Amino acid sequence: MARGAEHRAWDGLDGRPSRRGESAATPARRRPWLSRDGEVNLGDLVFRQVTALFAAGTVLTLAAMAIQMTRASALSLERFGLRFLVGRDWDPVRELFGALPFIYGTLVSSLLALLIAVPVSLGVAIYLAELAPLWIRRSLGFVIELLAAIPSVVYGLWGIFVLAPWLRGTVEPALQRALGFLPLFRGTPRGVGMLAGGVILAIMILPTIASVSRDVMRAVPNSLREGALALGATRWETVRAAVLPQARSGIVGAIILGLGRALGETMAVTMVIGNRAEISASLFAPSYTMASVIANEYTEASGDLYLAALSELGLILFGVTLALNLIARLLVWRVGRLPGGAGRL
Amino acid sequence: MNSRGSRRRLKDLLARGTCVAFTLLAVVPLASVLLYLGAKGVSGLSWSFFTELPRPVGESGGGMANAFGGTLFLVGLACAVGIPVGVLSGVYLAEFGGRGRFASVVRFSADVMSGVPSIAVGIFVYTLVVLSMRRFSALAGGIALGILMVPTIMRTTEELLKLVPDSLREAGLALGLPKWRVILRVVLRTGASGIATGIMLAVARVAGETAPLLFTAFNNRFWSARLDRPMGSLPVQVYTYAVSPYAEWHQQAWAAALVLVGMVLVLNVLARLLTWSRGGSR
Repeated sequence: MARGAEHRAWDGLDGRPSRRGESAATPARRRPWLSRDGEVNLGDLVFRQVTALFAAGTVLTLAAMAIQMTRASALSLERFGLRFLVGRDWDPVRELFGALPFIYGTLVSSLLALLIAVPVSLGVAIYLAELAPLWIRRSLGFVIELLAAIPSVVYGLWGIFVLAPWLRGTVEPALQRALGFLPLFRGTPRGVGMLAGGVILAIMILPTIASVSRDVMRAVPNSLREGALALGATRWETVRAAVLPQARSGIVGAIILGLGRALGETMAVTMVIGNRAEISASLFAPSYTMASVIANEYTEASGDLYLAALSELGLILFGVTLALNLIARLLVWRVGRLPGGAGRL
Repeated sequence: MNSRGSRRRLKDLLARGTCVAFTLLAVVPLASVLLYLGAKGVSGLSWSFFTELPRPVGESGGGMANAFGGTLFLVGLACAVGIPVGVLSGVYLAEFGGRGRFASVVRFSADVMSGVPSIAVGIFVYTLVVLSMRRFSALAGGIALGILMVPTIMRTTEELLKLVPDSLREAGLALGLPKWRVILRVVLRTGASGIATGIMLAVARVAGETAPLLFTAFNNRFWSARLDRPMGSLPVQVYTYAVSPYAEWHQQAWAAALVLVGMVLVLNVLARLLTWSRGGSR
């Protein structure tokens, strides 16, 4: 990315108008397939257009996704309008569809995940970017990548048979003993529920937040670190005073990226959150997310309105994650453009 | 003064210790997942697990041949969609796009697309392919996975081609080759091992994807190699078995998950080795 600016290799070589043959009125930029003597090379023309077409494919796919999903949810959009977002009933038999329990489940499980994952991943990022010796940096960076590479469904399997029993037997009773006066920790410990969903999401978004934050911290110019150290700051003071303020917007971007992943994550959550469309204050109670209800009911949805309602959930998910990603990328790019960064972003 | 200095040192030590502790904490889930996969999965592996079809509930034995074949088939299809699109778009970005507005829009879309939930891609392909074919099909599954591969491959290709020195391009042009031949014969070939890394990572990612397959390729308990029929796959099979109430299926789910993770890890490690060996030779 950083080299993008100067990388116009071809323009200088054959796109430049030759002083003799070409009239100055035709700027070469518009006709880069002209060879030096002004002949059109058909192969180059075709090749360039073909690659451009494929590149346009991504933009078109994104646009097509928005259009298709809006069309698929048209029935539900028409019937329920904004009431869809605040309705609490999800009753296929009476054809009543309200998304509130799913929106609630998605938001709370994702926020829970952030609450757990943000401090831990910032610790990892600071360690990897600032403190660890080079060989640890490399190997541990790879381990974090592997954490991201484990398929969602495998985390789900592990969640059902390892995490949930552990939460039920150890963590939830302990939380209840210590903090049972809060409504958050009331009810029967079941293992499977909102807490399990939040924990598994935290594990899954940790690599994203950690690796992006590490990269933005590496992009902070070394001169700032050297300045702080030269003033007698300890390593931690250097991080706090020199690195974190510079990297702040990028770290916020990383957290938003993580949030985007958490909101859209499907399989692992579906397997441990309990799948019940209820709004409960207790973290031990089962819940349901938008992605989960789509995964569970989309193939079985009978009736056009039912399918449209599920599609609308998908559309909301798509819109929200799109917006979050847009914001996050802009924030991360801003840090990437700092002059003299220590590492490439 | 001295006590203030030692307080600062203590704070430094504390903060650094916390970072190390958090890092160790972050590795615990990975270790636990791998440990349990090993403990519970290995005993389910056998020859028949790879070669036989699933048996009905109650009968013991049987395997997941349909899911293994299906995953290979679907990933192959995904590659057929994702690799050409990804590589050629990457070529455009690196060789022609530069800093232009169109190229920026493409880059941005790719970045944004890599964050779109895979289940949304599933719905998209459902409305596009499944509804028009009127049935779940392997083709739909392959397309869904292919779409998910594109952003990774595109961005790695671009990054890698930018690292190819301009002198190689100049040499090719000086020999009288047209630009497109230089790109195909010289530039792409130089970047090939790096692009292969990107493709491997993309394959590793989509091989474990479940959500977009649920309502595209669906599932199939039988052997199938037809594009227009539902097809089983390893991740969907793991999901189905894991949420089932049968102990024997749980056992098979662990074994299948072990194979899946093994595949993904091998691809990741190979990709990393390729990167390191390239870095070393330069």
